[in-house]
Amino acid sequence: MLLEIKNLHANIEGKEILKGINLKVNIGEVHAIMGPNGSGKSTLAQVLAGREEYEVTKGEIIYNEKNLLELSPEDRAREGVFLAFQYPVEIPGVSNTNLLKTALNEIRKYQGQPELDAMEFLSLIKSKMKLVELDQTLVSRSVNEGFSGGEKKRNEIFQMAVLEPKLAVLDETDSGLDIDALRIVANGVNKLKSEKNAIVVVTHYQRLLNYIVPDFVHVLYKGKIVRSGDKSLALELEEKGYDWIKAPSDSVEVA
Amino acid sequence: MSVTETSKIEELANKEYKYGFVTDIETESLPKGLNEEIISQLSAIKKEPPFMLEWRLKAYKHWLTMKEPHWPNVKYDPINYQDISYYSAPKKKPQLNSLDEVDPELVRTFEKLGISLEEQKRLSGVAVDAVFDSVSVATTFKEKLSELGIIFCSMSEAIRNHPDLIQKYLGSVVPYTDNFFASLNSAVFSDGSFVYVPKGVRCPMELSTYFRINAANTGQFERTLIVADEGAYVSYLEGCTAPMRDENQLHAAVVELVALDNAEIKYSTIQNWYAGDKEGKGGIYNFVTKRGACRGVNSKISWTQVETGSAITWKYPSCILQGDNSIGEFYSVALTNHRQQADTGTKMIHLGKNTRSTIISKGISAGFSNNSYRGLVKIVKKADNARNFSQCDSLLLGDKCGAHTFPYLEINNPSAQIEHEATTSKIGEDQIFYLNSRGIATEDAINLIVNGYCKEVFKELPMEFAVEATKLLSVSLEGSVG
Ligand SMILES: Nc1ncnc2c1ncn2[C@@H]1O[C@H](COP(=O)(O)OP(=O)(O)OP(=O)(O)O)[C@@H](O)[C@H]1O
Ligand SMILES: [Mg+2]
Repeated sequence: MLLEIKNLHANIEGKEILKGINLKVNIGEVHAIMGPNGSGKSTLAQVLAGREEYEVTKGEIIYNEKNLLELSPEDRAREGVFLAFQYPVEIPGVSNTNLLKTALNEIRKYQGQPELDAMEFLSLIKSKMKLVELDQTLVSRSVNEGFSGGEKKRNEIFQMAVLEPKLAVLDETDSGLDIDALRIVANGVNKLKSEKNAIVVVTHYQRLLNYIVPDFVHVLYKGKIVRSGDKSLALELEEKGYDWIKAPSDSVEVA
Repeated sequence: MSVTETSKIEELANKEYKYGFVTDIETESLPKGLNEEIISQLSAIKKEPPFMLEWRLKAYKHWLTMKEPHWPNVKYDPINYQDISYYSAPKKKPQLNSLDEVDPELVRTFEKLGISLEEQKRLSGVAVDAVFDSVSVATTFKEKLSELGIIFCSMSEAIRNHPDLIQKYLGSVVPYTDNFFASLNSAVFSDGSFVYVPKGVRCPMELSTYFRINAANTGQFERTLIVADEGAYVSYLEGCTAPMRDENQLHAAVVELVALDNAEIKYSTIQNWYAGDKEGKGGIYNFVTKRGACRGVNSKISWTQVETGSAITWKYPSCILQGDNSIGEFYSVALTNHRQQADTGTKMIHLGKNTRSTIISKGISAGFSNNSYRGLVKIVKKADNARNFSQCDSLLLGDKCGAHTFPYLEINNPSAQIEHEATTSKIGEDQIFYLNSRGIATEDAINLIVNGYCKEVFKELPMEFAVEATKLLSVSLEGSVG
């Protein structure tokens, strides 16, 4: 098992957002997490990446046989956890290439691999640029600065391609992408998918799941996973909306 | 150390002297206090020609009529000028036998700055084996320069050996009446550097105080004069990244640059004087007057500075753009941390036609520090078609520090084109988390952001200096977060 979340509770500013999440992800699997706005999907993603503002009050997260909650955010990344942000931040003055070179070498150092020299690194990013059809000017610009919404999302997947994580959490990477970009990004993700990693996609749209076909679909509502199923659950949600899930779980506490 | 080793070093030291790197003063210190008698003694010890003493005395008399300035945005206790000894013989640093005897804190910093072992020894006064590199390097270096007719020597020597040039240029950019600290410096300066590059000569290497080994003790009142004759070019590096300690709290240096027709001077500084402890105690007060005159047509002067040290910095490298089509540039990174205070910036005085100036100032404040940019762009009536571009950015780390910008404009010619941009930004938690989530630890994340922010200035520095500056910033910012 790559990831096991057990009864995870998390607060922000004293308010409980995650109220007992249970989730198991095996290597080679694709999981989709869906759910209404504000249900806690991004919170879960950020907790996985180690954002300190979120206080974990109960539960545990086992990743690759390690207690993930004990690792610093950078060590989680070095252990192979990657988060594609719903709202990627802009970092003026720091070029994408510089960020990636630093990040990749930090990760490699941690994993006991030799650092890449400038030439090796350049040829690596060239090949990864092709994967998400990102052009050179975007890659050499400052991280996300002045990028369009869609460019930012595509840049996240480009970073994922370069860093080759074991566990990638993609938080609404599809929103803001035009139709062509969606296809390009989804194809990119599919090419990165392998028997050696796992992907958790957070999305509102079934359309993405036509490209990135999930093994499991989970519905997060009010800080809990209230329903899990296979890819047909996504189709069902598309058709019926969330009301049919909301109603029972609002009245009955689902464990 | 064995006798033979000692004599070998002495031999090298003497050889040094032959090439003019060391001043031959072995007199004890002068008593504390400042008066005409003291100044006369100082001049006598230094075997100066009479014109020099005369000049010093005039400066002193003028200084007596002046008041210490208090307009910079800095605070410090009053300085007692009678409690300073204005001359002490260049002291030999206590010789240590190995780096083990050096303050481990200092060694740690050296290591982080990537300073080589030999260099670490040199800087901290550890006895170095017979031939230390810098001596032989300096010697070949010196020969090469004299072939080209370039004069590069200590100020004391220049006063004795090149009185004509000194009389012509010393005080011609910063007169002894200029300001309180410049007047004081003119009266009592102990030593410094002199450079003269003759007509049409491009100095083939970066001139650096580094090569003037043994000149470490130029004292609190340093005086530098660089003259680039017609068509000449020189790049001069001042300072080093290693932390510099000094028991003297007040440092009031004067640097004058003169560029004649078609000449260019590039002056780069890395300043890392001791900043005091975390409470700011014991740091250096660095009150400097730096000014360059673009006296000739098409001449150019660039100041590039990376300021990380000192408890208090008060410094405005300036350009007087006299010659038509002359260019002045100022690129600055000023970083303050803990309780440091910096009030720095530039003055661009446009006198000639078609003169251009560029100001790029990057302030970084962390801890409880205070960082002010103060800049003047002045365009006189006759200066047709003058142009200035100024960009003054401030970066804040945390919310206990301050950044201030005081731009002054005096535009007296309607054809002037002036552009001014200013930004203030803060390193956000979300930016740091983003980089953390990519495997980059917080301190490295901050360095990445800070270096990105300083890029425009660093690219103006000579290569090796830029690398050092990058490391220096990261060391200076250590512990400023978390
Ligand atoms: N920093 C914060 N301060 C206060 N409340 C917060 C903070 N961050 C998140 N929340 C709240 O936590 C809840 C869950 O937010 P989260 O971003 O996890 O939702 P989401 O499922 O990702 O929603 P969406 O589909 O809109 O992206 C929301 O009610 C949100 O307002
Ligand atoms: Mg969200």
